[in-house]
Amino acid sequence: MIFSFYEMNKANSILLNTKSFFAEIGDMTLFAGRFFREVFSPPFEFKELLRQCYNMGNRSFLLVSVTGFILGLVFTLQSRPTLMQFGAQSWMASMVSLSIVREIGPVIIALICAGRIGSGIGAELGSMRVTEQIDAMEVSGTNPFKYLVITRVVATTLMLPLLIIMGDAIALLGSAIVENLKGDVSFLLYFNQVFDALKFTDLLPATVKSVFFGFAIGIVGCYKGYNCAKGTVGVGEASNSAVVTISMLLFIIDFIAVFVTDIFFEI
Amino acid sequence: MNSEKNIKPVLELKNLKKSFGDNEVLKGFNLKLFEGENLVIMGKSGSGKSVMVKCLVGLIQPDSGSITIKDQDIITMGQTELDVLRTEIGFLFQGSALYDSMTVRENLEFPLRRHKDKIENFQGTEILVKEALENVGLLNAIDLMPAELSGGMQRRVALARALILKPKIIMYDEPTTGLDPITAKEIIELMRNIQEKYQTSSLIITHDVDCARVISNRMILLVDGINYAEGTFEELSNSSDPQVQAFFKN
Repeated sequence: MIFSFYEMNKANSILLNTKSFFAEIGDMTLFAGRFFREVFSPPFEFKELLRQCYNMGNRSFLLVSVTGFILGLVFTLQSRPTLMQFGAQSWMASMVSLSIVREIGPVIIALICAGRIGSGIGAELGSMRVTEQIDAMEVSGTNPFKYLVITRVVATTLMLPLLIIMGDAIALLGSAIVENLKGDVSFLLYFNQVFDALKFTDLLPATVKSVFFGFAIGIVGCYKGYNCAKGTVGVGEASNSAVVTISMLLFIIDFIAVFVTDIFFEI
Repeated sequence: MNSEKNIKPVLELKNLKKSFGDNEVLKGFNLKLFEGENLVIMGKSGSGKSVMVKCLVGLIQPDSGSITIKDQDIITMGQTELDVLRTEIGFLFQGSALYDSMTVRENLEFPLRRHKDKIENFQGTEILVKEALENVGLLNAIDLMPAELSGGMQRRVALARALILKPKIIMYDEPTTGLDPITAKEIIELMRNIQEKYQTSSLIITHDVDCARVISNRMILLVDGINYAEGTFEELSNSSDPQVQAFFKN
């Protein structure tokens, strides 16, 4: 079989791209390994960790609140006609709460945070890398991995579950408002139905999943920024590829989480 | 410097080699920096000057060769020992490298966080920060952000940060690059004052001939990854070698 020059070039380029894809996965795994090696060893940067937690929580609060509120509102408005067709509008509270708490809330809020926090970390660390600020930190005797990476990854891992729980609660509030206005369901009745529908086995896997989402956002954002090259163009690339990689990783984690939850709790 | 051979160098590089892929940047570079000396390394852009100086502080791992600072081999050194040794070295980066999310005060306090014990008679961060800023004439900029400073002011603050741990060796990576001639002269003057005041040994990486003329006690020309020529400014500027002359012609 004779291959043309064009086909050979294309095959070569696919081979190189595949090779660099797996090389990056390997590098990212080593980066995560370094995180676990260094996270429990002193010195601990508590002050910087608190600053990062505050920044991430505080700056994402409004975005997550608005997203959660609209999510609950729209989801309820869109589901009402279908449920009414079957005379099942009384199932609204349990349907919305289960969907939001188990799946939609964590995934949508994590995706929002991937854009807000992940790209921010990628751009910030990337810019610090290209302007030699990370080198300056190292020369001054401070471990930049501990100061910049560990604090950010721990902060996202801690803050994302809190943001998701808050976002879920606001989404349910948005849903309750629609039900109150359109279906004459009182807030008390709505939330009674919500808490009747939700079980510990719904909350636990979702919270555990959101911890992994937070870790993924932090570690990928930091990896992309910390290893940024090619000057200011590289900073844009780091920020952009951080969001793309995190988004893809979130769906993979979600799939694994649902799979594992199904084994242990039989959804 | 006739007595050089009898004095022990504070910093010594032997046969340093470093490649990036197929690009061989350093092909066996050697240098000795003696106490109280201002040694200028000159070379064309991309000749490996910055790579060499980054090898010296452990930011880049060389492929082979040895780097000895104050009788300690930094290549085989552990991270903790290296961090301690780094308190003896001040480093001025080409682009200043100030932490842009911190004020000038916080930038200067940063190196002190882990190394307060290294400073004799430590009297508190505030005094050291103010002293360092006074040295560079920027005490009034203490609460400003780096973005609010001009290029020359940023370079001075970076110099103050490099000095805050009272290092014995200071490395300058292109200290005057990107500055106008007047500000460049001010920075050179500042470097001289600091050297006189603290009796530091300085390694200056530059391609600025004026800077080299004013500040150098000795010079090394880095060409094709090796020490091409070595001597005082006068010796090198009067050399008949066309490659050496190329550095001094305007």
